[in-house]
Amino acid sequence: MSGFFKSSIGRKVAMALSAFFLMFFLLQHFAINMLSVFNPDLFNEISHFMGTNPLVQFALQPVLIFGVVFHFIMGFVLEIKNSKSRQVSYAKNNGSANSTWMSRNMIWSGLAILAFIILHFIDFWIPEINTKYIVGDMSGKLDPELATSGFRYYEELTHKFINPIRVAAYVIAFVLLGLHLAHGFTSAFQSMGGTVGRKKTMQIIGKAYSVIIPLGFIIIALYHHLNH
Amino acid sequence: MALDSRVPKGPIKDKWTDYKNHIDLVNPANKRHIDIIVVGTGLAGGSAAATLAELGYNVKAFAYQDSPRRAHSIAAQGGINAAKNYQGDGDSTYRLFYDTVKGGDYRSREANVYRLAEVSTNIIDQCVAQGVPFARDYGGLLDNRSFGGVLVSRTFYAKGQTGQQLLLGAYSAMNRQIARGKIEMFNRHEMLDVVKVDGKARGIIARNLVTGEIERHSAHAVVIASGGYGNVYFLSTNAMGSNVTAAWKIHKKGAYFANPCYTQIHPTCIPRSGDYQSKLTLMSESLRNDGRIWVPKNMDDVKAIREGRKQPTDLSEDERDYYLERRYPAFGNLVPRDVASRAAKERCDAGYGVNATGEAVYLDFAAAINRYGKEQAKIQNIENASDAKIYELGQAIVQAKYGNLFQMYEKIVDQNPYKTPMMIYPAVHYTMGGVWVDYNLMTTVPGLYCIGEANFSDHGANRLGASALMQGLADGYFVLPYTIGDYLSDDIRTGKIPTDTKAFDEAEKEVTDRINFFVNNKGTKSVDYFHKKLGKIMWDKCGMSRNEQGLKEAIEDISALRAEFWKEVSVPGGDKEFNEELAKAGRVADFLELGELFAKDALVREESAGGHFREEHQTEEGEAKRRKEFQYVSAWEYKGEPKDAVLHQEALVYENIEVKERSYK
Amino acid sequence: MNLTLKIWRQKDSNTKGQMVDYKVTEISEHMSFLEMMDVLNEQLVNSGEEPVAFDHDCREGICGMCSMYINGEAHGPDRGVTTCQLHMRMFKDGDTITIEPFRAAAFPVIKDLVVNRSAFDRIQHAGGYISVNTSGNTQDANATPISKHAADEAMDAATCIGCGACVASCKNSSAMLFVGAKVSQYALLPQGQVEATDRVKNMVAQMDLEGFGNCTNTGACEVECPKGISLDNIARMNRELIKATLS
Repeated sequence: MSGFFKSSIGRKVAMALSAFFLMFFLLQHFAINMLSVFNPDLFNEISHFMGTNPLVQFALQPVLIFGVVFHFIMGFVLEIKNSKSRQVSYAKNNGSANSTWMSRNMIWSGLAILAFIILHFIDFWIPEINTKYIVGDMSGKLDPELATSGFRYYEELTHKFINPIRVAAYVIAFVLLGLHLAHGFTSAFQSMGGTVGRKKTMQIIGKAYSVIIPLGFIIIALYHHLNH
Repeated sequence: MALDSRVPKGPIKDKWTDYKNHIDLVNPANKRHIDIIVVGTGLAGGSAAATLAELGYNVKAFAYQDSPRRAHSIAAQGGINAAKNYQGDGDSTYRLFYDTVKGGDYRSREANVYRLAEVSTNIIDQCVAQGVPFARDYGGLLDNRSFGGVLVSRTFYAKGQTGQQLLLGAYSAMNRQIARGKIEMFNRHEMLDVVKVDGKARGIIARNLVTGEIERHSAHAVVIASGGYGNVYFLSTNAMGSNVTAAWKIHKKGAYFANPCYTQIHPTCIPRSGDYQSKLTLMSESLRNDGRIWVPKNMDDVKAIREGRKQPTDLSEDERDYYLERRYPAFGNLVPRDVASRAAKERCDAGYGVNATGEAVYLDFAAAINRYGKEQAKIQNIENASDAKIYELGQAIVQAKYGNLFQMYEKIVDQNPYKTPMMIYPAVHYTMGGVWVDYNLMTTVPGLYCIGEANFSDHGANRLGASALMQGLADGYFVLPYTIGDYLSDDIRTGKIPTDTKAFDEAEKEVTDRINFFVNNKGTKSVDYFHKKLGKIMWDKCGMSRNEQGLKEAIEDISALRAEFWKEVSVPGGDKEFNEELAKAGRVADFLELGELFAKDALVREESAGGHFREEHQTEEGEAKRRKEFQYVSAWEYKGEPKDAVLHQEALVYENIEVKERSYK
Repeated sequence: MNLTLKIWRQKDSNTKGQMVDYKVTEISEHMSFLEMMDVLNEQLVNSGEEPVAFDHDCREGICGMCSMYINGEAHGPDRGVTTCQLHMRMFKDGDTITIEPFRAAAFPVIKDLVVNRSAFDRIQHAGGYISVNTSGNTQDANATPISKHAADEAMDAATCIGCGACVASCKNSSAMLFVGAKVSQYALLPQGQVEATDRVKNMVAQMDLEGFGNCTNTGACEVECPKGISLDNIARMNRELIKATLS
């Protein structure tokens, strides 16, 4: 088995497995965020559950972080290995004749997404961790001293989307995420051998996923920006 | 030396079995002390190398290409014959034997052909076991198609790439032995001479085509499987690198060369388009299953088509001359290749050729598309189908059968063959002649074998379609591995053959002298200049029809051209490097000698037989006229200049077949 | 037509190469690309220069020997053809055409446009076969029916000519289309099942050893493949390897 993950196909499979996990995470993240548009109360409750449930916090969260880090490191390793497999490059190469821009530039869309994730961590994750585990406030309330105070999550979310520069950065990042997924979704299934005989169908589902999810996130960001 | 064909005694159907029961065998422990060299890795060489290695011999295999998988057998399109009788249409070993002898115009050795028909069924079993993806019907069983010159469906096929699939099968068998270390593969190596020790073939001199190094390789037996010499015509359907060098070198070292004038001109090739042309492309004979061949009936229409005023599709049925159907009603468009080619030449010589060069006839699929379309409409229960619908349904069937060939045609000619008839013309394709071998496939030099197209083969004066693949694999998989054991059983105590001997020194010196000559000559003309000139002489005077005067001129012309070549040839670059011009120069030098022997053989053979048509010997209807007194194999012994070659005859005796006039009417 | 050619010239594997410009005139649009190269070479030989070395043999698109990277694409701009089947009608008078060898670390240049593709052979040695001896005693060819669908699919995979256009076109120089096609051919046929597990493991291991890159599913190989070998073959190989690892 360890030999398998050292083989070229094993690495592809590892890439695909981490991608599946991240795509699933993205889906649930999207679903919860969408609630902030339709039902802020429910959004608050689920956010509180996710933020305080020990299983989510101490089991799923580390796995997620590992997944993200693994996907990135593996991506870089592959990129370096692959660039070594052609030492002299072509004087003239017409890549657009046979493949999409997205498929050839996964490393760049990936890097942009990495930058975005850092921003996203600074925006939400680090303050969360600070509030909960450094300050020690596990109440999730806007004012922890006040028993009647509502949850803080919705307020914090809308507050972040006041700044138009941040909104623009989020929109750009989501567009790049869309491009990354446009290739990545079908590619992951292809790597797992799941596309034999149904490549067309998988491509259609992949396109739908890569448009709907990022567009949804963009709508959420714009909604909160404009609604303020 | 008298020719002894070593055909075993006894009834023809028992000869091969009896022979195998009585030959000497080499015990498995001794086989690993015996080395065999195989030159060429096509169907014959590849299958022989794999099988000999499987048996336990140490095999060294040589290919001038960068991989055994690229040998020109790969280009065979249509199929492979075998007397399986899966279709239940009356096929049998005898019928395949009969068809092959008759198709070869009664100029092949009975016992060899019978053996070929006998082992043909093993080939199909073997290839299926190897994973060759032959075409199958919906019940999962193997499918067959028909080829020219026969009345049964016995041709197995893998789309239009049968040769490719069979070669990849043999290549996979080789790979298994290479992995086991039993075959040592020498890619990008060209054999430049055979080495004889005490009269026996004991090794070769080869040039590494990448580094230019000259190498010595020794063995207890040498097998030549280097293919045919069709490139003597410059333009042919052969690969650019196909050459006669290995066969010619062994001829010069004592192997007789048989029937060089028997050449197959294939009727369905894409016509020549200009002087720059480097090779001709074949359109599989299988197309004649469904295509109808015609030229216009009226000269006015011919002119109109040439000038572009009319399209072939403008001509009505009665303005067309389906000349094969007219002349040969029984076989129609499926007459053998020699007959179809000559008929095309006859029409074009009479001025009815349909392209600018006047050398093309039509191969039309409109009728087939219509027929299949109607059939499909019935199957799919479409009532009153429109013409467009019938065309669409029919086109789909034709596309499924011949799609890759139609695509190839369109890429080359830039015309859509579904809409307008294909233009075709005969081109040099296969050489029935080659190195003379006995029943054991051994040449006149002990320990030197020749298999596949390189030998003078089982096809007589004309080869039937889908029989070349059969012969190549029969020789390599099922014949040579037995017969060579009989010879090698005497060599179990010989030990390794040393290469630091006088015989190797001399052979190597001859090779290096010639290479040094080429790189130092600094002449004024390129190798291709001579090759093209030779090709033109051959095509004009030793082509589809020959006559005494033309052949005499050809001998003179080739001789003069050869003299000029040795004075004026220019080879840029050095010898110790990758130098394709140098490799080509060596090959053309050999073609220049073979070409003359070819013409001489054609001149001596005062009859018409199969692919050899002498204008002096034809019936009143213009058909080939065989002569009883030429019922022999011409085997030529090398004596210096080609004009000095000495003729030996091997009489052909037919005990199991009645020699009749070959009629396809 | 008159053309400018930019061609990679390299004396041998140890020497550095560079692009060199040449001019050819009076090229007919009916010529094949290699016939155009013949014209250039005849010109060079007649002026005492060394001709451009390039691999070619059958010139009908089946041997897989020809291997040029033309204007940034393996086998040039046409689809479903090898270099030898590419015709000059794809170009215009006055065009500049860039011609390079197939590039990959696993395909070192031998001379000019000639590369060494023996890595492909070594992958086949590792398992590209079914272990059956030529005894003449194999079972009858019709003893095991094979569905037409499976036979046709196996045939489609088997049409690979081993030219290496997939490797040349791939931004990662991956050989997975080539290896996938061979693994698929046998995986689809009952004869191939017996050794399926070892075959895929060994062939993939050899492929990695040769220094080919990792597939990232860009699909460039499928587009440039002169024989239209489908990307499905890579997916099938992935599946076969996963299966072989889990079993």
